[in-house]
Amino acid sequence: MFGEMSVLASVMDILIPGSGSGKAIMAAVLLGAGCGLLGCFVVLRRVALMGDAVSHAVLPGVVAGLIYSSERSPGIIFLFAAVAGLLGAGLVRLMMMSTRLKSDAALGIVLATFFAFGIMWQSRNQQDTVGVMNFLFGNIGSIDASDLRMMLVTTSILVVTMFFLRRPLLLLSFDEGFSRGLGYPVKILNGVFYFLLTFSVVVALQAVGVVLVSAMLITPAAAAYLLTDRFERMMILSVVFGVVSGITGGLVSAEVNGLPTGPVIAISATVLFGVIYLFAPRHGVLSKVMRTLRRRMRVRRENTLKAIYQIHEGEGFAHEEVSVLMLARKRGQTEENVSKDCKALLSRGFIEMAEDGVSLHLSRLGWKRAMEIVRNHRLWELYLTNEADYAEDHVHEDAEKIEHILEPGIVRQLEQHLDFPELDPHGKPIPQPAHLVAQSTVTI
Amino acid sequence: MSTLEYITLPWEVLGVGALWLILMAFFVALPCSQMGSFLILRRMALTGDAISHSVFPGVVIAFFITGDLASPWLIVGAGLAGLASTVIIELIHKWTRVKQDAATGISFTALFALGVVLMEVLLGKNVDLDLECVLHGRLGLLLEEDQVALFGMLVPVPVLVMAGVSAFTMLLMGLFCRVMMLSSFDADLAASYGYRPAVIHYSMMFVVSFIVVAAFQAVGAILVIALLILPGAAAYLCTYRLKVMLMIAALHALLSAVGGLYLHVWFNSNMAASVVVSGGVLFLLAWLLGPVDGVVWKWLKAEHSALEESSDEDGNS
Repeated sequence: MFGEMSVLASVMDILIPGSGSGKAIMAAVLLGAGCGLLGCFVVLRRVALMGDAVSHAVLPGVVAGLIYSSERSPGIIFLFAAVAGLLGAGLVRLMMMSTRLKSDAALGIVLATFFAFGIMWQSRNQQDTVGVMNFLFGNIGSIDASDLRMMLVTTSILVVTMFFLRRPLLLLSFDEGFSRGLGYPVKILNGVFYFLLTFSVVVALQAVGVVLVSAMLITPAAAAYLLTDRFERMMILSVVFGVVSGITGGLVSAEVNGLPTGPVIAISATVLFGVIYLFAPRHGVLSKVMRTLRRRMRVRRENTLKAIYQIHEGEGFAHEEVSVLMLARKRGQTEENVSKDCKALLSRGFIEMAEDGVSLHLSRLGWKRAMEIVRNHRLWELYLTNEADYAEDHVHEDAEKIEHILEPGIVRQLEQHLDFPELDPHGKPIPQPAHLVAQSTVTI
Repeated sequence: MSTLEYITLPWEVLGVGALWLILMAFFVALPCSQMGSFLILRRMALTGDAISHSVFPGVVIAFFITGDLASPWLIVGAGLAGLASTVIIELIHKWTRVKQDAATGISFTALFALGVVLMEVLLGKNVDLDLECVLHGRLGLLLEEDQVALFGMLVPVPVLVMAGVSAFTMLLMGLFCRVMMLSSFDADLAASYGYRPAVIHYSMMFVVSFIVVAAFQAVGAILVIALLILPGAAAYLCTYRLKVMLMIAALHALLSAVGGLYLHVWFNSNMAASVVVSGGVLFLLAWLLGPVDGVVWKWLKAEHSALEESSDEDGNS
């Protein structure tokens, strides 16, 4: 037994690098792994502020550890800190269960009172707690081999537990009732979750500091959440972001004299988040804006096509050409705007312009799309009046929106459901794009 | 030492200074307790937390420009930083699928971190505003501050300033108490009377930022949140009536100031933290013995009804 322990210890010693920067990098990796993994659950469970409360609540534990361990043994500090954090989390739950206070007040009370108690205790034992600033605002440079050993053990426990419990914990994050129904011991799992949360806070303590640990819990995981829909990938990305911001923060704060590590790590994590917030492929802001703009342009094009069709329809399909002026009058817009729309349609092959540049006609593709839009519109109007008991004069607005997004499958269902109608509620014929082949041979 | 000596100790050690310390702590805690009560009712306790962290960079920049901790520009800077944090929260949770709690966490940790870095980079080792001040506040240094003569007594300047802030806040409360009450309980009804919810919300946030900045120097950035939440929460456990709640909150502020002074002297500990700890103890008392939500009464009642039930069963059988 003791032999195994010493083998384990020597394996750990091999893992721990000798140089100062090596130690800092390893601390950053452990920090990223611990907080990054647990942060995913924190973000998904919407308990971000619980993380904040637990991280502030560990302060009295840190102070106790500094006072009661003569040579600042990391094991004792971590033990006391974990106990204080768990006590804080427990008090929050107890307060919410036994009073009318809501979670926000309970979290705030525990956060502030524990923190104040820690500060008060520390202020009367200043000579014993010289290193407390390292725990408050973080100092990655102060982490030595024994701290690293402690972080390694804690992170290993965390990672292994997370690996075995990831499915039940994930289920619990999404639907507590359902996981209870499946027979999971929800209370125990919740306990384990807060246990792990406290552990991850404790791992990050010396690098980031009590005040800003919650940034490491929230920001990398939130950034990962914007990049993927798969939980495993989110965990990996979150760890990577945590490690990257940990290393960046460590390096920068080592360069600038007197700059605590925690704030720099928090800022690098936020910068990473900011970049991903803007540029993430699906959930990023820019891609969302682009999507909205593109959809708006498409709707505009389709409305122009529809207007051309309606002009033809109004003339009983007697002429083949439509002039820009007519189109502008129909759309109620200036000629310049409409000719811009026409250019967009032209470049997509929906229309063909005559040489004079003022008259145009629909291409086959244009006819097909225009008929589809008009058909969607009229089918939907019919559906609303017949099936949903809308008044005839109330259906237009709705159809105006849905005509652009109805899929072929739904259109087919609508047609079947309405028994292949030929007229809409206003008595206008519903075009049949499927008959276009026959029609086009007649017109051309 | 006898009990009496414990009680008279602060007055012997500090003399009239003890009075200034109590008054200062009370004048800091009083406005916080009143606004905090509304934060509790509106379930915005953590907004107070977020504001108290995020005003920090604004304070640092304003201090860097003016070089004066008493400058009114600090309030402007703090107000802008507080506004920035609400804007960032909105930008994140309106535009992405990140929820409000995580957005709040991202925003205020980022701003607080920015504040610390700016402070170290811009101010260096400034004696007036450093990490110690952010954590501990300058309440304990009160007796070393400048003093002015008033009615034949030497009064520390910060006490007068905070008395002004307190009076101003209480005046605001007197004027707008009904409006805030109405909008806290029924925002729609308030809106139908013409009190726009957004206006009330942002004015409240502004007043909270103002109070936070005023209290910031005395108790530091993190302990402010305790002064905001604890009195209101303790009072909430004691009554169902808003007016009574506000009064109990004010009483809580006074008692924690007095209790804080005793803890400070007895344990030779940091004054600001002592005030918060004594406030925490008072909250604990309210939690256990509060007339409305006291756990002890609930427990006794449960015991009592269990006894009655069992005696009923005995009678039936």
